[in-house]
Amino acid sequence: MNKEPVKIKEAIAQKRSGNFDEVVLGYTQEEALREASRCLQCKNPACISGCPVNIDIKKFIGQIAKKDCAGAYLTIRERNNFPSLCGRVCPAEYQCRKACVLNKGGAPFASVEAINIHFLERYAGDCAMKSNLEVSAKKKQDLSKFKVAVVGSGPAGLCCAGELARQGVKVVIFEGLHKTGGVLRYGIPPFRLPRDILDFEIDYLKKAGVEIETNFIVGRTRTLDELIAEGYSAVFLGLGAGIPSFLGIKGENLCNVYSANEFLTRVNLMGAYKFPQAHTPVAIGRHMVIIGGGNTAMDSARVALRLQKMNEISPDTTILYRRTEAEMPARRLEIEHAKEEGVKFRMLVKPEEFIGDESGFVRSLKCLKCELGEPDNSGRRRPVEIKGSDFEIDCDVAVIAIGLSANKILTGVTPLLKTDKYGDVIVDPLTMETSIKGVFAGGDIVGGEGTVIEAMGMGKKAAQGIIKYISKK
Amino acid sequence: MKILEKQILSDDRGTRVIRMKIFSKDIPLKAKAGQFIVLMANEYGERIPLTIVDKGEQDITIIFQEAGLTTKLLGKLNVGDSLYALVGPLGHPTEIENYGKVILVAGGVGIAEIYPVAKSMREAGNRVVIVLGARTKGLLILENELKNVSDEFYITTDDGSYVRKGFTTDILAELLKKDKYDLVYAVGPIPMMQKVAQVAQDFKVKTVVSLNALMVDGTGMCGCCRVSVAGQTKFSCVDGPEFDAAQLNWEELAKRNKIYSEQEKHICRLNIK
Repeated sequence: MNKEPVKIKEAIAQKRSGNFDEVVLGYTQEEALREASRCLQCKNPACISGCPVNIDIKKFIGQIAKKDCAGAYLTIRERNNFPSLCGRVCPAEYQCRKACVLNKGGAPFASVEAINIHFLERYAGDCAMKSNLEVSAKKKQDLSKFKVAVVGSGPAGLCCAGELARQGVKVVIFEGLHKTGGVLRYGIPPFRLPRDILDFEIDYLKKAGVEIETNFIVGRTRTLDELIAEGYSAVFLGLGAGIPSFLGIKGENLCNVYSANEFLTRVNLMGAYKFPQAHTPVAIGRHMVIIGGGNTAMDSARVALRLQKMNEISPDTTILYRRTEAEMPARRLEIEHAKEEGVKFRMLVKPEEFIGDESGFVRSLKCLKCELGEPDNSGRRRPVEIKGSDFEIDCDVAVIAIGLSANKILTGVTPLLKTDKYGDVIVDPLTMETSIKGVFAGGDIVGGEGTVIEAMGMGKKAAQGIIKYISKK
Repeated sequence: MKILEKQILSDDRGTRVIRMKIFSKDIPLKAKAGQFIVLMANEYGERIPLTIVDKGEQDITIIFQEAGLTTKLLGKLNVGDSLYALVGPLGHPTEIENYGKVILVAGGVGIAEIYPVAKSMREAGNRVVIVLGARTKGLLILENELKNVSDEFYITTDDGSYVRKGFTTDILAELLKKDKYDLVYAVGPIPMMQKVAQVAQDFKVKTVVSLNALMVDGTGMCGCCRVSVAGQTKFSCVDGPEFDAAQLNWEELAKRNKIYSEQEKHICRLNIK
């Protein structure tokens, strides 16, 4: 039997970088069977503990290998409400796949030999979606007399709501924006997570009885106290990270210098790539420069390149990063995809100053070259500036993707809610309960910036904490 | 989000200023003077911020000039129609206290935005002097409403078509020369606010301005609305919309407010329904 890893089909780089259609095309049944049959079905599967929500990976892969797609789907759903979503956006190479015994070498991420667990998860989810497979809402307990408010409809909130609904709890999600999904919608571009997939996963929650109120900002429209007084037995805060960080260099407020949050929100949430059919504009430059090395930087760069191509501008999108590719926190897959599509990478570069024209639009970026020094607190080698190495590059649109800090819109008006020095909400790590009784939290507002599945893991843990808390009532 | 009332306040050769009362059960419970909402006229629309001019038990009032595409689309909506999205109240409320004597200066559609502030300032015991400016008589709005919430009341028109010819800052300078005031508050076009700030600064009177920066989410998530205040970057949506005028980088603000003027011209030419 052929035991080579089964490559997944992808849209051709040249073509795909001219539109927002999905890049990774998914396994066919034959391919999924072939990949699933590579799984050794270990006695003590390490992959499961590599998954933040502990999906029974061994079992579901075994089911796919036996052509029992529906069974595989149900197995995943036991632990994770969103297989089609996680199969697309989970950084599996740092999680379950990294733990797979077939993994070779000591890199910080999985080698190609590791089972493509995420692609199989996606396959199971997509199969179920296509065949309209309904999961019977087998409610384990009758907790329907309890009503829980979930604040934020991003990954943490959706996951928490899904878990609670599964236990029969009445859930209302409050979302500040006009659409649900949080970072899944405003941050992750459609070519990584098609909107019909996201909508399907969220609709599943609605079918399970979860109510969603959009255009509702807890902290503004209602305070947390008022929400509790309205009869919610518990509250989950999945507020997200929120405030974009800037570099703090000269010229940063010039026109067409964006935070990645703004750039991506304009394009992904507001549909600026369809301007003028969608009315929100976004600046499309001849020389687009993205600053940062994480997934958000990759997303921004790939969006920028697509905007150029779709507007018949000769593609010139460059990622600037202070360290080298090895230190980039982005997923390997995203780095590869960005490169294939034609994004340029300039490593060991530190931005110094944006230079603008008379009308206040950015025109170029002064930089310094760096070299790697001693490791810093993160364990990665620190970039050290090389004196006298200044150079200037053309830049008429810049996107700063260097991270986020906590949004204070709710914590700022809720003094009893204890936060740390970063503004993140402090929780009991076992239950995810905050300093306010009956109020739980998870996702980026707790751990700082993390991955979608980490946020989901916290949402799920909080749901268990909430169940315990309300059961005692 | 349903439109309950619609009234054309002024119409200058097709450029209208419109007042709309919109149903909302949540926003009036919380809205205070100086705060704003973010709305979308339809599902393809932009998110734009507008000041909450007034509120009832289950409604809020907005006033806007048909300037860009979104406000034009908004102007096409009628009583019974619904907005696509409406969220708020956002931003910090105006700091209302008894300052003593305050001058409120407003120009253009900024006149609408000054109304809730005037009302609250007067209720707090201030002597409220209002100075309104319009390009021409036809564009002057809310004259009676504002007269009713003021202790002294002045009007200027750029072209002299109504009351006094000239600018709001002419009157402001005269007032500040004659008497001592405790606070100047201004809303209007950026050049007007900047001039007000200069005049008031000459007389060393604290000046607060309410900015209309471009926004997307309005909750601090994107940074589109950033302004420099005393050399520090602030977000209008969550740190403002009001700032100390003396500390503001006006040049940067004026430039940032024109980022999308080319795209705006383009989309308006397409005459999207």
